[in-house]
Amino acid sequence: MTTMTVKAPAIGSFFKARELGIVLALVALVGYTAIGNPRFLSGQSIRDILLNTAILAVMAAGQAVVVITRNIDLSVGSVLGLSAFAVATMMSANPDLPMIVALLAGLAVGAVCGLLNGVLVRYGRVPALVVTLGTLYIYRGLAYSWAGGSQVNADELPRHFLSFANDSLLGIPWLVLIAIVVVGGVSLMMRNYRVGRELYAMGSSPPAAELAGIKVARNLLGAFLLSGALAGLAGVLFAARFGTVDAAAGTGYELNVVAAVVVGGVAVFGGSGSVWGAGLGALLLTVIGSALAVLDINQFWQQAIVGALIVLAIGADRLVAVRLARSLRKRDSHV
Amino acid sequence: MTATQAVLDVLDVSKSFGAVAAVQGVSFPLYAGEVHALVGENGAGKSTIVKMLAGVHRPDTGQLVVTGAPVDFAGPGDAKAAGIAVIYQEPTLFPDLSVAENIAMGNQPLTRLRQIDRKAMHAAAAKLFQRLGVQLDPTRPARGLSIADQQIVEIAKALSSEARILVMDEPTAALSGVEVERLFAVVRSLREEGAAILFISHRFEEITRLCQRVTIMRDGKHVCTDLVADLTVDDMIRRMVGRDLSALFPKQDVPAGDVVLEVEGLSREGVFKDVSFSVRAGEIVALAGLVGAGRSEVMQAVFGVDPYDSGSVRFLGRRLKAGSPRAAMAAGMALVPEDRRQQGLVMELSIERNVTLPRSRKLARLGLLLGTAERDEAYTWTRKLQTKLGRLTDPVGTLSGGNQQKVVLAKWLSTAPKLLIVDEPTRGIDVGTKAEVHRLMSQLAADGMAVVMVSSELPEVLGMADRVVVLREGHVAAELTRAEATEESVMYAAMGQQVAAS
Repeated sequence: MTTMTVKAPAIGSFFKARELGIVLALVALVGYTAIGNPRFLSGQSIRDILLNTAILAVMAAGQAVVVITRNIDLSVGSVLGLSAFAVATMMSANPDLPMIVALLAGLAVGAVCGLLNGVLVRYGRVPALVVTLGTLYIYRGLAYSWAGGSQVNADELPRHFLSFANDSLLGIPWLVLIAIVVVGGVSLMMRNYRVGRELYAMGSSPPAAELAGIKVARNLLGAFLLSGALAGLAGVLFAARFGTVDAAAGTGYELNVVAAVVVGGVAVFGGSGSVWGAGLGALLLTVIGSALAVLDINQFWQQAIVGALIVLAIGADRLVAVRLARSLRKRDSHV
Repeated sequence: MTATQAVLDVLDVSKSFGAVAAVQGVSFPLYAGEVHALVGENGAGKSTIVKMLAGVHRPDTGQLVVTGAPVDFAGPGDAKAAGIAVIYQEPTLFPDLSVAENIAMGNQPLTRLRQIDRKAMHAAAAKLFQRLGVQLDPTRPARGLSIADQQIVEIAKALSSEARILVMDEPTAALSGVEVERLFAVVRSLREEGAAILFISHRFEEITRLCQRVTIMRDGKHVCTDLVADLTVDDMIRRMVGRDLSALFPKQDVPAGDVVLEVEGLSREGVFKDVSFSVRAGEIVALAGLVGAGRSEVMQAVFGVDPYDSGSVRFLGRRLKAGSPRAAMAAGMALVPEDRRQQGLVMELSIERNVTLPRSRKLARLGLLLGTAERDEAYTWTRKLQTKLGRLTDPVGTLSGGNQQKVVLAKWLSTAPKLLIVDEPTRGIDVGTKAEVHRLMSQLAADGMAVVMVSSELPEVLGMADRVVVLREGHVAAELTRAEATEESVMYAAMGQQVAAS
């Protein structure tokens, strides 16, 4: 019946193999590093890696949703900075506010930023790359003009805010717990709920999504809002973890986040990949950073390896796309 | 038959895009248990009707009535909710999602936690495929399905949303014989189950075999709605094309000169195959055929814009380098593209700049373009073509469509080509300017230029061409002389029918 040359099931399992590939790469990397330096597997080292992963993973979860809809959110690093500075300022002025208020405030700041991105992309009909590149500078500029060169120091922040980064629930640090809940929750939404599948559908074929009667505008705004809100949440975690916050917080983070998402197997052309894959990508990037430090390898190699991973990941996506395009041309033929 | 209420009534709908009236006052009913054919030439307005039913376009005037109740679709979702499912010529599946998900999108079965019940979803899809008599794995991704299988999935989608009205826009265009048979079997069983089906096709044997009723459209207007049994294929074709062949198209008779262009066995995988024809000096050769038959693609390959896999292009006896528009231009070819706004002109630049663009190198002195040379050149050519314009320095975008087309022509004629390829030379141009463009082409041929014209407008083809090469699905279906070419013979060849003795 099908006269196609492309073996579609192979592509399907390829994408599933992507997450497996990351897990295997992680195991190999951890194993190799631990043999070289057993301290790599010490409790403190693992704890550090997980804490470092948490902030990246929270942002990667939101970014993955945006990328799955065939868009991108480059403003997340600036949103993190804006939210971190806003929340730190708020907490230093009102030391009695409970932690939950700080978290909600961060989410709210991020949500507003994300919503603006979504509105500009959808109603301005401007590509997300351009819009969020613009808002990257706008949000950062806002943070700078607000801070005016000042910074919030750790000694100005209430103790319960700072200790949040180190406190644990049942032995698991709060930061890690939040990251797990976020990645797990968003994964579940994308996998098992109608809205999630609609987001996949929108990225897989935008015109078909319109014709299928999917509420494209609502979903798109939702995706950007989520990405912004999670970047805002990450800002709170950042402030709690590092204590000292200035307007430059999170500069350049957007590239790490996009790298984690792409390495984690979310296709840049949208429509495929998973949120937990993006979370794994964040973990892999963090582990690479730590492992190279532990193995005393030049920092340059960390950057180069991350770059190579991205090229590999995008190259794999591109290969699939080229093969698909070729098969489509053949298939469309009536010759 | 007439006593039964129609499931869908299209009542006097009209739709215009800018100044172009795509559909004017079209009405027809769809009855349950009937397959209703909608036929018409390229640009007759069929697709606009489909898009109205799909909720993509809103009719400017007129109304759609579903089982007696007037409806107003704000978007595709509303049409879907009203029980209308549209199967487009190009299937609209989500390649990354599974077949079952594609079918269920929007009304997936849910568990108590409002999560998607994948097991129920797959079972429902499997059941639909069983009902349609096809074997497809519901869990496989839609990516990689053949067009025929994609259409089956689209039909399953329509069934799963319990659509009572099925609109199929040229579903058989890309199918092989066996696949068409399978599709027909499915459509017949749906018809027997009481669905109302609107079936668009260019193939008359399909209409006579499958459909009970036919609506014929021409130039956006409703011609007739009749029972298929009451019409012969000849009747249908006559009504589709039947308009006055006006004397607007005066091609002077010119003795043909030497062969200028020789295309032999030109093929590009998936686009066209084994296309051969030749053009002599002083001749106008028209490439006719339906949209998608590969006409423009062939000429773009000849000019070198697109690549070709095999075959050869000889120009003035010498083989032309493939894939190089620069070589084609240097040899003396000019291509006036179909879409002048996108490909033919730089809309923001002045008229004179546009006219002299292909020759800017030759006009330049020491690498600089000096105003006077440019202006003189532009002045000569726009005068020759009787272009109506304010100042030569105005942006080209301020001109009317017809005058823009003249600027494109002026631009290429100023290079003094030996072969002129024009793709849809009069699309979107008013009648008066049309005649001027035709007069000009005729004049050029009389001066010994060879002209290849790609056109969807039959009167233009018949009036202008010395010979007509009819393409169908990437092949040369017929080559007709001026004497042999009639509306009927060209349409028959374009649609793959035998020429009937009339």
